[in-house]
Amino acid sequence: MPDLLLELFSEEIPARMQRQAAEDLKKLVTNALVDRGLVYEGAKAFATPRRLALTIVGLPVRQPDTREEKKGPRVGSPDQAVQGFLKSAGLADIAQAKIESDPKKGEFYVAIIEKPGRPTIEVLAEILPGIIRGFPWPKSMRWGAASASPGSLRWVRPLRSILATFGAETEDTEIVPFEVDGLKAGNITYGHRFMKPDAITVRRFDDYVTKLEAAKVVLDADRRKEIIKADAQNLAFAQGLELVEDEGLLEEVAGLVEWPVVLMGAFEEAFLDVPAEVIRATIRANQKCFVLRKSDGSLANRFLLTANIEAKDGGAIIIGGNERVIRARLSDAKFFWETDKRVWAEDRDFKRLEKFRNVTFHEKLGSQWDRIERIRALAKELCAVTGADPNEVDLAARICKADLLTEVVGEFPEVQGFMGRIYAGQIGLPASVAAACEEHYKPVGPNDRVPTDKVSVTVALADKLDTLVGFWAIDEKPTGSKDPYALRRAALGVIRLVVENGLRLAVIRLLRIHDVQLRMTLAHKTIAKRQSVIDAAGTGKANSVALVLDKLVLGDVEAPAGIWDLLSFFHDRLKVMLRDSGARHDLVDAVLANGEANDDLLLVVRRVEALGKFLETEDGKSLLAGAKRATNILRAEEKKDGEGAFEAASDPALLTEESEKALHAALSRAGEAAMVALEKPDYEAAMRAMASLRAPVDAFFDAVMVNADDPAIRKNRLALLATLRRVTRQVADFTKIAG
Amino acid sequence: MSVPAPLDPTKSFQGLILTLQNFWASKGCVILQPYDMEVGAGTFHPATTLRALGPKAWNAAYVQPSRRPKDGRYGENPNRFQHYYQYQVILKPSPPNLQELYLESLYAIGIDPALHDLRFVEDDWESPTLGAWGLGWECWCDGMEVSQFTYFQQVAGQECAPVAGELTYGLERLAMYLQGVDNGFELNFNGLEGDRKVTYGDVFRQAEEEYSRHNFEYADTEKLFRNFSEAEKECLALLKAGERPEGERHAQVLPAYDQCIKASHAFNLLDARGVISVTERQSYILRVRELAKACGSAWVKTEAGGA
Repeated sequence: MPDLLLELFSEEIPARMQRQAAEDLKKLVTNALVDRGLVYEGAKAFATPRRLALTIVGLPVRQPDTREEKKGPRVGSPDQAVQGFLKSAGLADIAQAKIESDPKKGEFYVAIIEKPGRPTIEVLAEILPGIIRGFPWPKSMRWGAASASPGSLRWVRPLRSILATFGAETEDTEIVPFEVDGLKAGNITYGHRFMKPDAITVRRFDDYVTKLEAAKVVLDADRRKEIIKADAQNLAFAQGLELVEDEGLLEEVAGLVEWPVVLMGAFEEAFLDVPAEVIRATIRANQKCFVLRKSDGSLANRFLLTANIEAKDGGAIIIGGNERVIRARLSDAKFFWETDKRVWAEDRDFKRLEKFRNVTFHEKLGSQWDRIERIRALAKELCAVTGADPNEVDLAARICKADLLTEVVGEFPEVQGFMGRIYAGQIGLPASVAAACEEHYKPVGPNDRVPTDKVSVTVALADKLDTLVGFWAIDEKPTGSKDPYALRRAALGVIRLVVENGLRLAVIRLLRIHDVQLRMTLAHKTIAKRQSVIDAAGTGKANSVALVLDKLVLGDVEAPAGIWDLLSFFHDRLKVMLRDSGARHDLVDAVLANGEANDDLLLVVRRVEALGKFLETEDGKSLLAGAKRATNILRAEEKKDGEGAFEAASDPALLTEESEKALHAALSRAGEAAMVALEKPDYEAAMRAMASLRAPVDAFFDAVMVNADDPAIRKNRLALLATLRRVTRQVADFTKIAG
Repeated sequence: MSVPAPLDPTKSFQGLILTLQNFWASKGCVILQPYDMEVGAGTFHPATTLRALGPKAWNAAYVQPSRRPKDGRYGENPNRFQHYYQYQVILKPSPPNLQELYLESLYAIGIDPALHDLRFVEDDWESPTLGAWGLGWECWCDGMEVSQFTYFQQVAGQECAPVAGELTYGLERLAMYLQGVDNGFELNFNGLEGDRKVTYGDVFRQAEEEYSRHNFEYADTEKLFRNFSEAEKECLALLKAGERPEGERHAQVLPAYDQCIKASHAFNLLDARGVISVTERQSYILRVRELAKACGSAWVKTEAGGA
């Protein structure tokens, strides 16, 4: 069966786009083929800085033939209808149509449309131009003389040539005959830009890969990555050093070369005064080089660069050039580092934080200064919960963003937080305060570590809660896949901080207070503006202007309806978190259905855990069945007697059977015990109380007929079941639990 | 290469410039002289900004002294100057072998591709003040950015049809690499040695010191604010005066564009003096852009703009 080889050869494709583009190419071509009845055995796509390539193996030579019957009008229909049918069925004369009959419809025309399958190569020639024209590059451009006309071909960078061959393994291949904006597909590609730039004639994927390799091009990005990594490790090992691995950098570097050659360079020992993270960030961001560490873990004064050529001199000049650049970059970094240290040492009162007044945090949420003030206020409230030292917390909250003003962070945003910690430590601030400068951003993702130091925990919570309350207040919530302010991450962060540190935090109260504060500060600004506008309007118009403005102002201080919405956002995140950790999220629903606010996230989690454990026991499973049965009976009977018909306490005098007396007694004991336990809260004890119900419930259902003939007894028994429902619901709504 | 040192791109700063001039002249470019106004980059020269617009072919190359007042370091930083040179090439429409031409120009100045690691690394170019953007690369030689390579997609708010290719060489940095010096002021300017040697520092260090003082301390901010507003006003007034009835060409774009350049430089100085707040900064950039756009849309109604 024949194979397709397609290569789109262009000027240098941005490294970050290559992998996705290769995948897109594969998907677009294979989907288009399958849509046209052409199924294949396998497909693989590749990318280098200068080419996207696709191989599809095991395609049929031609499409399968198709046969379609098209029903037409009744025999004897008006000519217009017949003509219309001929046109749509592609027939020249009605004599070419068959006549069929149907008991209902009578005799009618049927056209048999037989389409012979077309050769695959023709289908390819038809679909490829459209795929190339509509290719989903994140950013594309026009170029050259053709760009004078509208609708000219767009590509990520100028597209230089197209290679497209098709044919069976044992035969010669054919060129797929198509053209896009004057670029005619052929069987020619080109080797390495500098080492082997000549044209190469290619037949199919096998010789394509081999010939490219001979022309100093490694087609497969994953192989380039392996080569770089292995060579880097070997070079490091030879010097008794260890490569500091960096997957993101490796991926990028593999997208910058067709023929990777790893070389080692060095920089002056003196630069090692600068924190290792800053050196690494400098060398990584600007030079795309790897750094190395010594056996004691400290940074070595070496780096690894990945060149794209085997230089005549073995790379000495390339290394020298890179060393010069890195020296200049590290000199800058060192200068930044020393400037920052001096600023922190001199301005110990942090007067420079005033600059934050002029830095916008968000257009509708005020300046960075406003935000820090809010974080401070919230952190102060939180101290009661976390037990952190309020003075340390306030200092930490105040300076936690101070490193954003430093030269180093200005140059390398990725070391924000970390630098704050270093600089704060340098000027002798308490270790907890310094740590909070870094840790208040944590946890950054579901796998990131959660801080445990009380000061860090407090500021981290305040930072995230302020973000959430703020963006909720201005109605910038995440929708679908869009979450530009990483609010889901912030909410998950809050949950993990609370749960993993065992904090009892009534979120609603805090959110409301904070929400009011936020709205008041925002409104103050509006009010100040209002006054200035009214003053400017002059006495004549002042009243009507004020009226219009007040509408705007009041709109800003509306009651915080969104707070409950925000809480349910937390609950959703909680479900996702529990589900991801393997817990049953139906248990979360069951627990949340207890009719309370459930804004103490720690308690929700504890309750879910206790419930999960309980349901794994025999008592739990059996009680679940009993409680469900009771609820089902109640539902059925409530349909007859009405909602709430059995909510009155059952009358002990009407209890006739031993087992119902026993259940009655058990329920009042367990109800009491559960209530006390939940109050504490001690969920294990609450579950033990539930467990004590299992035997009496089972015995009750074995021996007692609920729907007794005597209506008073029936009602009393149903009241007993309603009590069971109420008692169990204190812990969870069992009907929401699966199984 | 057996050229005398004063003409040798690897031995003198002027040799580098002369070699590039010869190279691009031999490739059919009009070799222009620097624009006679203070600009922040070679792109501001009307030979690029305005000539990039419209359907007519245009190939030009020139050196452009560029001023970035904020980059002044009182002559103390060997890599950062408030005045430096860019070598600018503009080719419209972008020829199919533009990358090869560019690489050939590197070979001409003494960069051997068998010894050096030359790379095209993604860098999308955007000039908010000029209302311009394009896609291209920073060109790396052994890890150092030596040029900017851009396919203009839009300039002065106008779509480029056809697209022009723009090359910008950072001359000081390139010369430092070719001459093997780490300090820009130590660049050999004239290629001579001993008493007759003139360095980049001999020519420019005093200027760096004086202009840094001017840019950061003494430039008259009130006057500059005034200059900005006046230039803005005049730019628009000149464009309006040059408008002609439907079907006739616009009569006055170049003088108006000069005012746009003046406004931009006044803004750069005010920015260096630290008298423009973050929020205001954005609005000043927008105001300059509006001028550039107005000039762009008038330019395409002139003869050179293809009308």
